Amino acid sequence: MLIRKAPELTNADITPKSVYLDRRKFLQAMGIIGATAAAGKGLLELAFPTQSAFAATKLTGLAKSPFSTTEKQNTFEDVTHYNNFYEFGTDKGDPAKNSKNFNTSSWSVSVEGEVKKPRRFTMDEILKIAPLEERIYRHRCVEAWSIVVPWIGFSFSNLINLVEPTPKAQFVAFQSYFDHGQMPQAKYAGIDFPYVEGLRMDEAMNPLALLCVGMYDETLPNQDGAPVRMVLPWKYGFKSIKSLVKIKFQQKMPPTTWNLSAPSEYGFYSNVNPNVDHPRWTQSKERRLGEIFKRPTLMFNGYGDQVASLYTGMNLKKNY
Amino acid sequence: MRKLLSSKWTKVVVFLLCLVPLGALAWRAFHGGLGANPVEFVQHATGDWILRFLVFTLAITPLRKLLHLPELIRFRRMLGLFAFFYVCLHFLTYIGPDQSFDLSAMWKDVAKRRYITVGFAAFALLIPLAITSTAGWIRRLGGKRWQQLHRTIYVAAVLGVIHYYWLVKSDVRKPLFYGVLVAILLLWRLGDWFFKRRSQAPVRITAPGVSVNG
Repeated sequence: MLIRKAPELTNADITPKSVYLDRRKFLQAMGIIGATAAAGKGLLELAFPTQSAFAATKLTGLAKSPFSTTEKQNTFEDVTHYNNFYEFGTDKGDPAKNSKNFNTSSWSVSVEGEVKKPRRFTMDEILKIAPLEERIYRHRCVEAWSIVVPWIGFSFSNLINLVEPTPKAQFVAFQSYFDHGQMPQAKYAGIDFPYVEGLRMDEAMNPLALLCVGMYDETLPNQDGAPVRMVLPWKYGFKSIKSLVKIKFQQKMPPTTWNLSAPSEYGFYSNVNPNVDHPRWTQSKERRLGEIFKRPTLMFNGYGDQVASLYTGMNLKKNY
Repeated sequence: MRKLLSSKWTKVVVFLLCLVPLGALAWRAFHGGLGANPVEFVQHATGDWILRFLVFTLAITPLRKLLHLPELIRFRRMLGLFAFFYVCLHFLTYIGPDQSFDLSAMWKDVAKRRYITVGFAAFALLIPLAITSTAGWIRRLGGKRWQQLHRTIYVAAVLGVIHYYWLVKSDVRKPLFYGVLVAILLLWRLGDWFFKRRSQAPVRITAPGVSVNG
């Protein structure tokens, strides 16, 4: 038998999303996936090479948001194949490859700490907290690249109001899912897991802070933080924690992963600020993916009207 | 083996092999294979190949001596010049797409960010080596002085590894890999020098002409 390796795909060769999703559904219905997986996972990939092998669900009835930008959106392909998700590897292409079999079924998010109504939300419950909106945000990475993404979700404040924080709740601590078995690449990342992040309470209440469950009209791909993540467009991308499993309201400022790793480089606030340089990346400019030359970076990533008042009187050079 | 290494065709083949990384990049560029951030892709690819070619260049002398294959020296200049060729491409992607050909912005950046500082220093150190790589320059400088000058490659290679190490955020496996290779190749030289000094100490040999030693 002659087995030839499938040629590398280019953008033009990608199976239209609707086609491969239909094929997936068909195969699932036939119970072939399980059998094939048992017989040898590689066979299916060899026979039907796809670039994104996740089972996405369409999200419909999305409200438009006044916070959306009209800038040109990046392609789904770019946003799903250029990722920082160190649990799945440190190269930009690693998360797409290594998160294919990430199991996000029966997901739940625990909300605890200084709240009157601590509880655990299943994904179905999260999707019903508030009407889903499409929010087309600029997303600026600390590594000086940026993208424009049509996220789907609702203001995080909707969840906060449900659990009724006590007056002691000054900060929100977030924690990502972590599991050595599903994330074997994580041991090479050089940072500690589970990934943790945090916000001040007023930041978390700001309507821009998005609890995100999808993008490009469908549920989140694994490599983009499935099934639920935060999106904080005025902060560097690493603040927007992925694959969220725990939210804790507390009195003191929570530790954050990159700050623990390199305190002189990454602060708690990490607001996009072209005037405060990172030792490795000039923050005054950024490369929008799809462009060759760099463009100027905007204060608060251009969201100053919504968030600048959160930081009045604060020295942002000190509180980087 | 020695006959093969002395053949002029081998040199042509090695030359063409050294162009493969460039060809691969060009192929990708025309087939949409440079990913979401093509500039970064080219920067990382050329950066990797610079370190590889520096390692190849530094490996010639130890291999030549350990394997008793003096013919290997025929490839050293070519490998070193290819390292410099990829350095030039690497630098072009920095001065162009990153700095928009703005020299004053570039100098500020070189002074400000330490990984750029050491990377630029390595580049600057390699320029005189590329210029004086010809037989004419060996004659003009004299074998000994030429050799001393060309030891600067040791510094450039170390700076190149530091440049990479300081660039990565937290996963230091690849820069460490190159660091170990460079360290082995430099430590071998130290050992070789030490051993030679001890064995030759009593007798002073003054050989006429050019000694090719690495």
